[in-house]
Amino acid sequence: MSTPTVEHSAALDAVEAGGTQLITVTFRIRRFNPEEHPEPVWVDYQLVMDPKERVLDALNKIKWEQDGTLTYRRSCAHGICGSDAMRINGRNRLACKTLIKDVNPEKPITIEAIKGLTVLKDLVVDMDPFFQAYKDVMPFLITKGNDPTRERLQSAEDRERFDDTTKCILCAACTSSCPVFWNDGQYFGPAAIVNAHRFIFDSRDEGAEQRLEILNDREGVWRCRTTFNCSEACPRGIEVTKAIQEVKRALVTRRF
Amino acid sequence: MSTEISDALVVPSKQAHTGKGLGTGNPADAFVIEPPRKRTAKTPRRTRTNFEMLAWLFMRLSGVVLTALILGHLIIMLVLDGGVSKIGFAFVAGRWASPFWQGWDLLMLWLAMLHGANGMRQVINDYAEKDSTRLWLKGLMGTATVFTVLLGTLVIFTFDPNI
Repeated sequence: MSTPTVEHSAALDAVEAGGTQLITVTFRIRRFNPEEHPEPVWVDYQLVMDPKERVLDALNKIKWEQDGTLTYRRSCAHGICGSDAMRINGRNRLACKTLIKDVNPEKPITIEAIKGLTVLKDLVVDMDPFFQAYKDVMPFLITKGNDPTRERLQSAEDRERFDDTTKCILCAACTSSCPVFWNDGQYFGPAAIVNAHRFIFDSRDEGAEQRLEILNDREGVWRCRTTFNCSEACPRGIEVTKAIQEVKRALVTRRF
Repeated sequence: MSTEISDALVVPSKQAHTGKGLGTGNPADAFVIEPPRKRTAKTPRRTRTNFEMLAWLFMRLSGVVLTALILGHLIIMLVLDGGVSKIGFAFVAGRWASPFWQGWDLLMLWLAMLHGANGMRQVINDYAEKDSTRLWLKGLMGTATVFTVLLGTLVIFTFDPNI
């Protein structure tokens, strides 16, 4: 494999021959445009696509080729910006990380806006309450005393302690999959707790007590019912429920 | 174009239109689909108590104790010595003659009622959308709980087998 070759290998030929098998897929999208219809409406779109393409490619294809009024958020399209979280076949996923072949293209693929947040149009929801909960847990470094003249050092083990929760991209897939959040938007929700966890367990941070105090309240971690919807929904594979339980444990051990 | 909407596809939203919208003053914002209880623009003031934590801990601890108490109770009442057929006034009177069984039943009564009431409190918190509904339901439940616990306690302590 060390010498580059222009000749196709047998494997590559096979991939190319089988790679462009197009299939007809139906996308059933829950559309909401108050200017046209006061209620949300399921609209079917038929596309001829390569099943190895992503759901976001299908949405783009619909918007660009069939119906320009379809509205959704997307930015980086590579699973980092967290703009395109949506409910695909009843599960929260990022459209840019979901391949069509993985969501059973033989049946219509349903796409809805994420639940528990105000739907503005089609797949676009009002994210303000979500970010408000995020801001409330103070997701920034809090320290006392003078700033050091050098960087704040941390051992690899101390960094490892909160590594999982640093991966959050704030796509709201977890919070909008949480049944407690669906019923009571006042609950901080998994995403805010994950981001609090990221600082509570950071050895350089000194604001843990303040954050724990906030999450100890009525709408804090104690509302979590460990349904595990959040862990299942997280496109970054963060063990969200585990993080929430760790915050609970920290509260119990600090208060007694 | 697939924007032609057939009536069969129109599915009414389960979420109510409150008409309040986003409160930005823009009339177009009134027509949105809002979740049942949206986060308020201002974060509620903190209560600074450990009540929720203590309630959570109580559920775990009382659950463990209740498992033993209730399983023991069920075995004694339904399985041992002929099962239900033996249960009568005399059987209960005999058991409550001993402070041990009085204590067992008292503990079971208190833990089960508080455990159940706290669980119901959480269900009400989750599903009662209006503040007034929540208050009434919790008030009713609290009254029923206090009544049952006090009545049960009274009976256990003032029980007279020669009635």
